[in-house]
Amino acid sequence: MKIPLSWLKDYVDIDLPLDQLARLLTMAGLEVDEIHTIGLPIPHSDHSEFKFSGLEWDREKIVVAQIDEVMPHPNADRLVLCKLKDGTGEYIVLTGAPNLYPYKGQGPLAQPIKVAYAKEGAVLYDGHAAGLELTTLKRAKIRGVESFSMVCSEKELGISEEHEGIIFLEPDAPTGMPLVDYIGDAVFEISILPNMIRNACVIGVAREVAALTGKTLKKPVPTHKATGPSLKGKIGIKITSPQLNPRFAVGMISNCQHAESPYKIQRRLRLAGMRPINALVDATNYVMLETGQPLHAFDYDVLVKRVKGGVPTIITRTAAEGEKLTTLDNVERTLKDYTVLVCDTEGALSVAGVMGGLESEITESTKTVLLEGAAWNFINIRKTMSYLKLNSEASFRFARGIHPELCPEAIQLCLDRMAEWTGGEIYSDLVDEYPLPAKDPMVTVTTNDVTRWLGIDLTADKIASLLRPLEFVCTVKGNAVEVKTPPYRLDIGEEIIGVADVMEEIARMYGYDAIPATRLSDEMPPQRNNPSLEREEMVRDLLVKFGLQETISYRMTSPEREARWLQPVDKSAIDLDYVTLQNPIAVDRRVMRRSVMASVLETLQKNIRLSNRLMLFEIGQAYLPQKDNILPTEPRQLAIALSGRRETPAWDKKDNNTLDFFDLKGILEELAEGLHLEKVSFTPTTADGFHPGKCASFTCGDVTLGVFGEIHPLVKERFDFLQAPVLAADIDLEALLNVIPPLMTTSPVPLYPPVLEDIALTVDEAVPAGKVEALIRQTGGKNLVDIRLFDIFRSIQIGAGKKSLAYSLTYQAPDRTLTDQEVAQIRGRIVKRLDQELGAKLRA
Amino acid sequence: MQDHPILNELEELRKKGLESLQVVQDELGLQNWKVANLGRSAPMTQIFSQMKTVSAEVRPLVGERVNQVKKEFEAALEEHAAAIKQAMLNKSLTSDAVDISLPGRRPAHGRLHPQTKMLREIYRIFGDMGFQVYRARDVETDEYNFELLNIPAYHPARDMWDTFYTTKPGVILRTHTSPGQVHVMREYCPEPIRVILPGMCYRYEQISARSEIQFHQVEGIMVGKHVTMGDMKGTLTDFARRLFGANARTRLRPSYFPFTEPSGEMDVECFVCHGAGCQVCKNSGWLEILGCGMIHPTVLRNGGYDPSVYSGFAFGMGPERISMLRNQINDIRNFWANDVRFLEQFS
Ligand SMILES: [Zn+2]
Repeated sequence: MKIPLSWLKDYVDIDLPLDQLARLLTMAGLEVDEIHTIGLPIPHSDHSEFKFSGLEWDREKIVVAQIDEVMPHPNADRLVLCKLKDGTGEYIVLTGAPNLYPYKGQGPLAQPIKVAYAKEGAVLYDGHAAGLELTTLKRAKIRGVESFSMVCSEKELGISEEHEGIIFLEPDAPTGMPLVDYIGDAVFEISILPNMIRNACVIGVAREVAALTGKTLKKPVPTHKATGPSLKGKIGIKITSPQLNPRFAVGMISNCQHAESPYKIQRRLRLAGMRPINALVDATNYVMLETGQPLHAFDYDVLVKRVKGGVPTIITRTAAEGEKLTTLDNVERTLKDYTVLVCDTEGALSVAGVMGGLESEITESTKTVLLEGAAWNFINIRKTMSYLKLNSEASFRFARGIHPELCPEAIQLCLDRMAEWTGGEIYSDLVDEYPLPAKDPMVTVTTNDVTRWLGIDLTADKIASLLRPLEFVCTVKGNAVEVKTPPYRLDIGEEIIGVADVMEEIARMYGYDAIPATRLSDEMPPQRNNPSLEREEMVRDLLVKFGLQETISYRMTSPEREARWLQPVDKSAIDLDYVTLQNPIAVDRRVMRRSVMASVLETLQKNIRLSNRLMLFEIGQAYLPQKDNILPTEPRQLAIALSGRRETPAWDKKDNNTLDFFDLKGILEELAEGLHLEKVSFTPTTADGFHPGKCASFTCGDVTLGVFGEIHPLVKERFDFLQAPVLAADIDLEALLNVIPPLMTTSPVPLYPPVLEDIALTVDEAVPAGKVEALIRQTGGKNLVDIRLFDIFRSIQIGAGKKSLAYSLTYQAPDRTLTDQEVAQIRGRIVKRLDQELGAKLRA
Repeated sequence: MQDHPILNELEELRKKGLESLQVVQDELGLQNWKVANLGRSAPMTQIFSQMKTVSAEVRPLVGERVNQVKKEFEAALEEHAAAIKQAMLNKSLTSDAVDISLPGRRPAHGRLHPQTKMLREIYRIFGDMGFQVYRARDVETDEYNFELLNIPAYHPARDMWDTFYTTKPGVILRTHTSPGQVHVMREYCPEPIRVILPGMCYRYEQISARSEIQFHQVEGIMVGKHVTMGDMKGTLTDFARRLFGANARTRLRPSYFPFTEPSGEMDVECFVCHGAGCQVCKNSGWLEILGCGMIHPTVLRNGGYDPSVYSGFAFGMGPERISMLRNQINDIRNFWANDVRFLEQFS
């Protein structure tokens, strides 16, 4: 909402500098986004806090002047010479302004034209440039005539984009006065909060300023007498649904002459962001901006013609589904059965509260205006405007709730202005249907309420004095204040909700800044851990420690994108149930992901050519629709993907080995150890997406935590990965977190030295190393404390189809140094057992 | 007697021995020299075998002289060994010097996503004030996301959120973490509450440098019998000071949220320009960091709390926005694009 300062000052005295006024408004919830100055000086301070824009007018060099005569240029048709006085002397000024042509060669003018006059050295915008370009006025010779000053257009002064002609000021503009003192202004761009539609008008903002500065609000009063006949019998009104249309009032003015509105009004409309059209239309817009009540003007004669000379009756009703109306913007609209229309007996005239119809609009030939001021159900207006995708100044306001009490006052103000600007005659009364009067809630606020909500102690009198400037009617009764909502706002509720609403008004008027900041003194709630989060964070920390990079992906994807991972290699399609968006932002973001693994593989793909070593993980939700519930389950998953070089590249490292299955397995082993999991095992398995020979399940006791391995070559092709293997682990995070023991235990530091020895065993190629190790562990008993495989060896000597596994064994007893005989005994048992069960032979 | 030939011979040996020691340059040379000059078969040792040819009166003199020379040799050897050791050390120190301008070998390490770090920082600060983390679902019902938060259908406030709807009627992606307020109230009622609710939220928007369809939010809620707007102001001011520095200036100004009344927004003085106005704060000197307010009576009631007895405050902030401000990230799309060249900057 754009509020010109000069307009605001019509209703409240303001003596604050621009930035202080902006701060006052912002701190009351009317956030000022920008201040655009029109001639007024821009404050220069280190802490201005606001964005200023605009042009400052030099007091000496830009002044009000008068043109006394317009003379033709001796050798240029499109230029004229003006005899001009600026209060210091008389000059001849050259201009090409087309709006001066009609005065050319008329001799001395009976009434001088008042203009904005800029002298040599003045800084202005270049009127001929495409955008806003500053230029300094210099002495120049144009077509043989020396020129050192100019009469200005609105564009040159930064008032608007208007550059068709120069500004004609009002005839009473004082010649010689600095222009900034006459029409200097500043426009405050204010964000209107959804519950503050009452302030989307100049009077609304003025009321706030008055309340915050202790000044009086001066509301406008009509000055023209309604001297015309009564409206009774000239128009009928029929409201079919008071719920949708609580009030419909009309006034009338006749004998209007087509005219432009005064320059001041046009300037204000432009500054407020509206385009002046003609005096009648401008009056409706002006009063809407002034009071917040949208008005609609009908050409009464068109209405009469529609009923063939009879008495028109206005009917408000909902549309028939599919009913059509051509609106002001010349678009034919198809309407819904809930759209409220303003009609006559012949059909629809306008979409209520949203936009007028083309047929009955005001034209240059309109003589008699029927002026509508109505109240509409804001929810219905919202539905209509969102369906029609139509956003007008009127619907913006009606959709947030305009109080029905505003109608008659706004109609009278508007008719008054129409009379002033077009010379029309105002009908003596209004026709006003008001079947559903607004209830203005009355709530009781106690001093205790204020203490309890805001943490400040105010007397009942103080509370009342904060609210009264906003026109709340307050009655103090002991420690309570009965607060009656003023009839210009619909945002105050009933009972305790109303108390809360009034509380915000008390806080705003008291000043949020003035409320003391206190530390929590209320009872401490029961304190609870969040084990799922804490454990999840442990997993993150461990993986980061192992060198992995965490990622966070978009959770919106498409079934096609996920199929690259989820679709089995032997199937041509996959049909999965997804949480599907009705209004996706793009086709490839139309569902919620089912697989975090798919997200991480996408990330891997995206980065694979940017880095020669990628170790990524992500923890997050997947979304799985349920049969018996409208909401999906949102299981948290852990996905790991690795690819590229094992070693980080360095200038002297020549190791080009790539990451493989055992790097990933090592990470999981280390993760299991870091989480102190017990009974962890890895079992060969096959799973969709994985290389069948390089895939294992990761289990803890009898709980499967996930599957990992190298991804299938065909899946690799789908992602366009590089040659290096891609390793992936798809872990059920919730299962993993559940098996983490609440406590970990330690073993004592050994007191006696260990005995170390290496043994090499030859076994068949098909025997898994894990089995050998398990047997060694089992047979070795408690004094065999560590087994480490340090070599796998194959050779002709050992024989085809055989391999030699070399283990470092550590023997240690907690209570004594083991003797050689004891160690030999254990070793003997191990060798014998391995021979019996696996045919393993000890290599010499 | 002084020039007994054996003494001359001895003197000759002494000279030669010391001379030959001077050319020795390494450990092996020293060993060889020691064997040659002090060993069993060294010429000097041999002199003793000639002793019988020497007269008895000269004999002690020769013996003494031999011992002197031996001692002299040992001392010279020790001195020369020390010199060699020093020379070798010097040499090795010189030859072992490295080009310290070569790049260091970096230990490989992983990194958390910047937003995990940001969230943890927020958890920690609020954790110290007794707020615990409560997580709720992403896919929500319209009821929890809007209705129970005092935002009925077609209410003007619905403009504040552009919603992703799913194909199931009444099921949407949460537009804010606020539905968690009602979940937590219903779960904990009638206990007092202090929790923060982090999570991913979704809004139907054009993706640009400034706006995303998916973003984190951290909501906070406090409910009790003695909770005031002053407490809210104090808590959030403390939070801002811990996040932005002990001297961070804040201001609270009125705003609007349907689920709070009164509502406010907190700004922190721009930490780039310290209030003077710059690009980051769009010349205002202030940066908006969170929205807040006293919980609306309707919402308290929907959570099971009697608004005439209980009060509370709620607040919500965008961790991505805070990171963008703190780390001067000018494009919000960086967060979920997962380009390692971005992520690697957050060690
Ligand atoms: Zn700044």
